[in-house]
Amino acid sequence: MSNQTNGYKSGSNLEKLLRAGHFVVTAEIGPPQSADPEVIRRKARLLKGVVDAANITDNQTAIVRMSSIASAVLALQEGVEPIVQMTCRDRNRLAMQSDLLGAYALGARNLLCLTGDHQSFGNHPTAKNVHDLDSIQFIRMVRDMRDEGRFQCGDEIKGVRPAFFIGAAENPFADPFDFRPYRLAKKIAAGVDFIQTQIILDIPRFREFMKRVVDMGLHEKVYILAGIGPLKSAGAARYMRDKVPGMRVREEYVERMEAAVAGIPKEDKKARKEAWEREGIRIAIEQIQEIREIPGVAGVHIMAIEWEEAVRPIVEGAGLLPRPVVE
Amino acid sequence: MIVGEQKPLEEILSLLGNARRVLVAGCGTCVTVCFAGGEKEAAILASALRMKSQLEGRPMEVDEVTVQRQCEWEYIDPLAERLKDYNVVLSLACGIGVQAMNERFPDVITLPGLNTTFLGLPEEHGVWVERCQACGDCILGVTFGICPIARCSKQLLNGPCGGSQNGVCEVNPDIPCAWQLIWERAIKFGQVERLLEVQPPKNWSRSRDGGPRKIVREDLRLPESE
Ligand code: SF4
Ligand code: SF4
Repeated sequence: MSNQTNGYKSGSNLEKLLRAGHFVVTAEIGPPQSADPEVIRRKARLLKGVVDAANITDNQTAIVRMSSIASAVLALQEGVEPIVQMTCRDRNRLAMQSDLLGAYALGARNLLCLTGDHQSFGNHPTAKNVHDLDSIQFIRMVRDMRDEGRFQCGDEIKGVRPAFFIGAAENPFADPFDFRPYRLAKKIAAGVDFIQTQIILDIPRFREFMKRVVDMGLHEKVYILAGIGPLKSAGAARYMRDKVPGMRVREEYVERMEAAVAGIPKEDKKARKEAWEREGIRIAIEQIQEIREIPGVAGVHIMAIEWEEAVRPIVEGAGLLPRPVVE
Repeated sequence: MIVGEQKPLEEILSLLGNARRVLVAGCGTCVTVCFAGGEKEAAILASALRMKSQLEGRPMEVDEVTVQRQCEWEYIDPLAERLKDYNVVLSLACGIGVQAMNERFPDVITLPGLNTTFLGLPEEHGVWVERCQACGDCILGVTFGICPIARCSKQLLNGPCGGSQNGVCEVNPDIPCAWQLIWERAIKFGQVERLLEVQPPKNWSRSRDGGPRKIVREDLRLPESE
């Protein structure tokens, strides 16, 4: 049985907006390390009307948090369309498919298929990881469930198929750099519909990546949302530069964040924080304006981690409010 | 080869508990080559145990023996007589040797003195690295001779994750990223396009996930004796 999606793959708001040619905005909601639903509700309220959909992270950085599917339902109840993130780290193909059926039944329509950060980064470094599938095999499985009505084993799905708008991540800054566009091509071949990139703090490198993507014609086969990560402090910029694997940070951002607090005494924590946040938001706005002009970019994905308050001023400052509506 | 390393002395002592007569059993193959459980290591450990137990006021009688391969009946069977004198065998073989001893000599308990670590090779003197996970369905033929099952921290089959940078794995800068290496080999052989095919999910049933494995070669079996 096929689903009622009026020619759309999933019928999600995100899909409709992208199909209509709008420049889309997504953001991120990180679930709490507790069972408190209010955390999701509060974050969702901050994003409502500001973004077209919000990623709900899945045990991000391998730290146990409220399930992304349960959190997605809470976001939905607050009127924010979720993009359910799911990693290959914690589930085998049985658990993945079963959770996909459940997530769809509960109203989720967008899915982001991820490999997952290694558990050694998180709070259960002695855990066993799964990686039964990799992210590309995962994408193919979800596509086959939607388009072929088949489980990974080949059995038919008798009844409602989980018809997700399928997303994946791509890191244009990781190595081997020359492999990255090909890896994107593999994801497209596997059936991905949209891509969210890693946080961009090296626009020239991103530009080079996008040029290759456009030369290969990949931008016509997938929607690419550029990752924006507002910096909260000079320390955060340095941390991303030095400590986050696969991340490239241009010196200018570190310098701008350092300069933002020049003249403010170290003891005046409040003034420094405000100055940093203002500069972080300003940089994010400038980046969006610059990245928008790069051929092949269909939208932005704002990763304001534990700083959801920053999303509205960024989107507003970039001239992207109000958000468009499609029927 | 199978690579192992000796357990800490404290752990070995606690495993031995109140044993009075202990036979330390080395193995002359893999663990000899990796300097973890050969004749020399068995002798050193035996004397350490004698000294330590003496100091702690509960002296143990510790002897040592080394057989060529603890994982084959024909090499361990000659130990049968000798084992009658001991409460406990402390094996310095890999986990296979320890189990072979327990299986062949059920009346005496054989304890492990090593942690069996991986299947690998000595990269340089004093450095051993993992190379194979015995997955039961070797894919080295499509990954240019570099194993992503054993050497990629996430066992990815379709290319590098987003954490690969400057040739090293996100997990630890001491780990070369397997996919960086595979990519370089593909370029070297001018066959990058072979990495562009989507590799289907792996059949893990041929790995340990299918349960303990067994190979039966009818052509090699000896006729049942009447
Ligand atoms: S593919 Fe399997 S059998 Fe081949 S080297 Fe890797 S783990 Fe060993
Ligand atoms: S960095 Fe390389 S080796 Fe490490 S998990 Fe990613 S692809 Fe595998």
